[in-house]
Amino acid sequence: MPQKIDNELVRHIAKLGRIELADEQVGTFGRQLSAILDYVGKLQELNTDGIEPMAHAVELRNVLADDSPGESLKPDQALANAPQRDGDFFAVPKVIDDSQ
Amino acid sequence: MVEGDPDVKPIVGLEIHVELHTATKMFCRCPNRFGDPPNSNVCPVCLGMPGVLPVMNRKALELGIKVGLALNCSAGGFSKWDRKGYYYPDLPKNYQISQYDLPICRDGWIEVPLDDGAVKKVRIRRAHLEEDAGKNIHDHADHTGVDLNRAGVPLLEIVSEPDINSSHEAGAYARAMQRLVRWLGASQANMQMGHIRFEPNINLHIASAGKTYKTPIVEVKNLNSFKALEAAVAFEIGRQTEEWRADPEGFSLEKLSKQNRGWDDVRMATVFQREKEEAHDYRYFPEPDLAPVEVGETWLESIRSQVGELPLQRRERYIKEYGLAFKDADALTQDGPTGDLLDGAVKAGADPKRSVNLLLGRGAAIANERGCQIAEIGLAVEQLAELAKMLADQEINATAAAKVFDLMIAGRQNPRQIAMKQGLLAVTDAGQIEKWVDQAIADNPSAVQDVRQGGKKQKKAFGFLMGQVMQKSRGAAAARQVQDLLEKKLGGGQQ
Amino acid sequence: MSGITNLTACETASAIAAGKLSAVDVAKAYLAAIERLEPAICAYNEVFADRAMDQARQIDAAISRGESVGPLAGVPVALKDNICTDFGRTTCSSKILANFHSPYSACVAEKLLAAGAVILGKTNLDEFAMGSSTENSATRTTRNPWDTSRVPGGSSGGSAAAVSAGLAAAAMGSDTGGSIRQPAGLCGVVGLKPTYGRVSRYGLVAYGSSLDQIGPITRDAADCALLLRAIAGHDSRDSTSLPADVPDYLAELETPLKNLRIGLPKEFFGQALDSEIRSAIDKAVGTYKSLGATAVEVSLPHSRIDVGPGGQLSSYAVACYYIVATAEASSNLARYDGAHYGHRTAGPVKDIIDMYSKSRAEGFGDEVKRRIMLGTYVLSSGYYDAYYLKAMKVRRLIKNDFDEAFKSCDALICPTSPTTAFKLGEKTADPIQMYLADIYTISLNLAGLPGVSIPAGLSASGLPIGMQLVGPVLSEGTLLRAARMFEKTSGTCNLMAKMVQS
Ligand SMILES: [Mg+2]
Ligand SMILES: [Zn+2]
Repeated sequence: MPQKIDNELVRHIAKLGRIELADEQVGTFGRQLSAILDYVGKLQELNTDGIEPMAHAVELRNVLADDSPGESLKPDQALANAPQRDGDFFAVPKVIDDSQ
Repeated sequence: MVEGDPDVKPIVGLEIHVELHTATKMFCRCPNRFGDPPNSNVCPVCLGMPGVLPVMNRKALELGIKVGLALNCSAGGFSKWDRKGYYYPDLPKNYQISQYDLPICRDGWIEVPLDDGAVKKVRIRRAHLEEDAGKNIHDHADHTGVDLNRAGVPLLEIVSEPDINSSHEAGAYARAMQRLVRWLGASQANMQMGHIRFEPNINLHIASAGKTYKTPIVEVKNLNSFKALEAAVAFEIGRQTEEWRADPEGFSLEKLSKQNRGWDDVRMATVFQREKEEAHDYRYFPEPDLAPVEVGETWLESIRSQVGELPLQRRERYIKEYGLAFKDADALTQDGPTGDLLDGAVKAGADPKRSVNLLLGRGAAIANERGCQIAEIGLAVEQLAELAKMLADQEINATAAAKVFDLMIAGRQNPRQIAMKQGLLAVTDAGQIEKWVDQAIADNPSAVQDVRQGGKKQKKAFGFLMGQVMQKSRGAAAARQVQDLLEKKLGGGQQ
Repeated sequence: MSGITNLTACETASAIAAGKLSAVDVAKAYLAAIERLEPAICAYNEVFADRAMDQARQIDAAISRGESVGPLAGVPVALKDNICTDFGRTTCSSKILANFHSPYSACVAEKLLAAGAVILGKTNLDEFAMGSSTENSATRTTRNPWDTSRVPGGSSGGSAAAVSAGLAAAAMGSDTGGSIRQPAGLCGVVGLKPTYGRVSRYGLVAYGSSLDQIGPITRDAADCALLLRAIAGHDSRDSTSLPADVPDYLAELETPLKNLRIGLPKEFFGQALDSEIRSAIDKAVGTYKSLGATAVEVSLPHSRIDVGPGGQLSSYAVACYYIVATAEASSNLARYDGAHYGHRTAGPVKDIIDMYSKSRAEGFGDEVKRRIMLGTYVLSSGYYDAYYLKAMKVRRLIKNDFDEAFKSCDALICPTSPTTAFKLGEKTADPIQMYLADIYTISLNLAGLPGVSIPAGLSASGLPIGMQLVGPVLSEGTLLRAARMFEKTSGTCNLMAKMVQS
């Protein structure tokens, strides 16, 4: 099962994670990720049939808040860390489509 | 090319995003409000700042379940939250908190009234809760503006089975859904405010020369009106039919993957959208910051008890119980509270038809002027019941009732008090009425004769005399008293 | 005044409350120590000298007016720089947040301020808490006060070094796989990771959300109890916060535990364990026995440490952790994209995706990139079941082992770390070697359990050895009492490295 991380897969993962990699980094990350995956592949030794997956460290249920308004920020506070703003909008490079 | 006339069956499933009508957002306590200045309803949580955590809105959860129950879904039970990863500037965390494998509602159906009077049953696959994204503003040439006021507003995504077979059915389904969520008070479902948005999945099953062809599925993204929805479905049916005709073997579900298309409102056409390479790898995983919910029977029952009678059931009842025409019954069941007013007035002893006349007369006119539902014009059950009773008892006539109606909405006062203050009550003083009656009899001997003789002219002449009395009283005389007295004086019994 | 910085937080608090010391004198003493030693230790990303003095003056004024002050009034505390404050910067020792000013303060920061603590500054960490040596920081290299050629451990290395070097009376760390306990162990101080949900995570910059906890790093167990009492408790802003009352950890601290049953996980005492550390732990167990405790052997099969033919270590728990933690991290760190805050590339960009990718490439260091990529991979379509789902199941097995073990004992004792402080640069080339530094601490985070590392003595070369006490959910009171029993008997507390004493 442990899988060789080739350059193409490294580039694909980097794209999914929105991290630009220089060509020389691709090989290094590929080798390191392969080694780590090899290591974590150890879990395959264990039989986990019928084991309930554990997503939370503690089992809480129904943690809910009342629908009553609290405090919001002023636009200037909201935008205080913005790399670029246009009036009270965050400004980002042109987004072409709105498909999501 | 294909010869002959193939049998084309459109197969349409619809995803509807409904913004829930809560006071605050899904995971923070910023106001859920449309139309405020940009980035004014935001806080560290909905800005996705470092270190923030979400806390689920109880009302949003309950509204989601309420809609699910009204859609005959199995709702409640164990449900959890998942993160759906994608990078977009109106989604500040770059993941959306949604529900993946354990949605809050599953496996239901809705009855959709069609134009021809038939009712179509459309199955609901699932309905899940998720947070809305903010808005990208594209009115600059060199950058996009981002407003995060809408980021984190609670959404219910309702996914139908592909049971819809025409653009009209798609429209009817969407309207039925709008009526239902409004009915339940789950959403304002206002199109202009983007409260409800559609994404149809469309393909065709084409039977030709003993073979069935299936065209590739197209999802049209982000439609904001019934008109756009119907037009997009119709356009796709046409476009896919043409594409299939040109290449029946190649243009097929097996050979081409699902495609996303956008809607061009100007050209009234769907347009191809370039697929992002990793568009379908959302890397869902359980949201570690939120505890699962487990809605037990008692809680579920208390939500179920709020669902009550649904629009189509009520419409049916109005026709049967109150004897209303289909059109009136339908008009009164566009939302829940308007019908509640009617039911409340009837329960308080008012005549259904007089109450309906008030609601669909001045009520509808005012609502129309204000662009709201009849129930939202500020009318109380007691006011409606009282005014309907006054009408029935002839304590007030229709013209005066309309005046009282307008005044009582503005001032929230008792209609009888308004009518008294404004001098709009009918005159019931027997002496005064007798004077007017006697005068009318004296002034119109030939009509009196026609009534007394009986025969063809009798009815018309009696009506004429009634009118004369009412004219003399300037419309204020209590009509029933006038009628009774006239009948008595002219020999009675004929009417 | 140099004696002031040798006092424990408890001693400092009572001296100030009793009017024997002024908060201003205390703040001055710590700021002077920082001036003297910080160039050699590099524990802080930012020191709030003026702010700390202002706070100290206000506390003195309040005391002189006879007002009641909080239990931490005038105690100088440092915060790990991944805990948000609405003053100063919150950088996570990352270039991507180098200039980030949080508009709000973490729950823990609010509680400390409400208790009267003077916030001295923000301490260095491995970038976004990803590391075990604080060498992955983009800001500076923190050094171990016991030997400045060695690492302080990590990721709360700045906090541990600051407390150990007398640059803060106490500090806050965060622990995702050992990041409080391991640096505490390597720096000879006390570090406690509370039960998951005991302390609010609101305002802690998330790394592995289902594992992260904030906890105190202190000179001794009493300070730990004092600080934990101040920061623990339910917070409605954290949905994973436990709705459980906070006991008065200090009130019962000095009462020794009767009939304490100590569990020794046999898997943690195999051939992989350094002999000096083993004998320190053995000695400690002897001390407990002399105090009336009994020891039983227990088994944590899924936290087992295996030794390969070439001597390389491996563990299911470490493997499980690196899947769970990196998966969550890949999602938690997606928000740092240069759109709404944080670093945005100055270079020309083709489109918004290019802006995201360049900003993140420039802003994140290699270890963060590696973990984001690993986490992205284990969640991506086709690999989810084999890695992420599998790890979630193994996580359950690991937790079940602990549940079973606690049927026969009240607390486990094991090493905090397989080695004493290692040399700077020694493990930076091999990520997996670095990951193994947390081999004894990581299972607790997966199981959500509390653990405290306390000093068990010094090695022959004069480096601190950490010992870990582990208990069931919400057993912090028991752990602190057990820790107190040991430190009072052994005298291994409020240790000061040579450079600090001179
Ligand atoms: Mg959706
Ligand atoms: Zn908000």
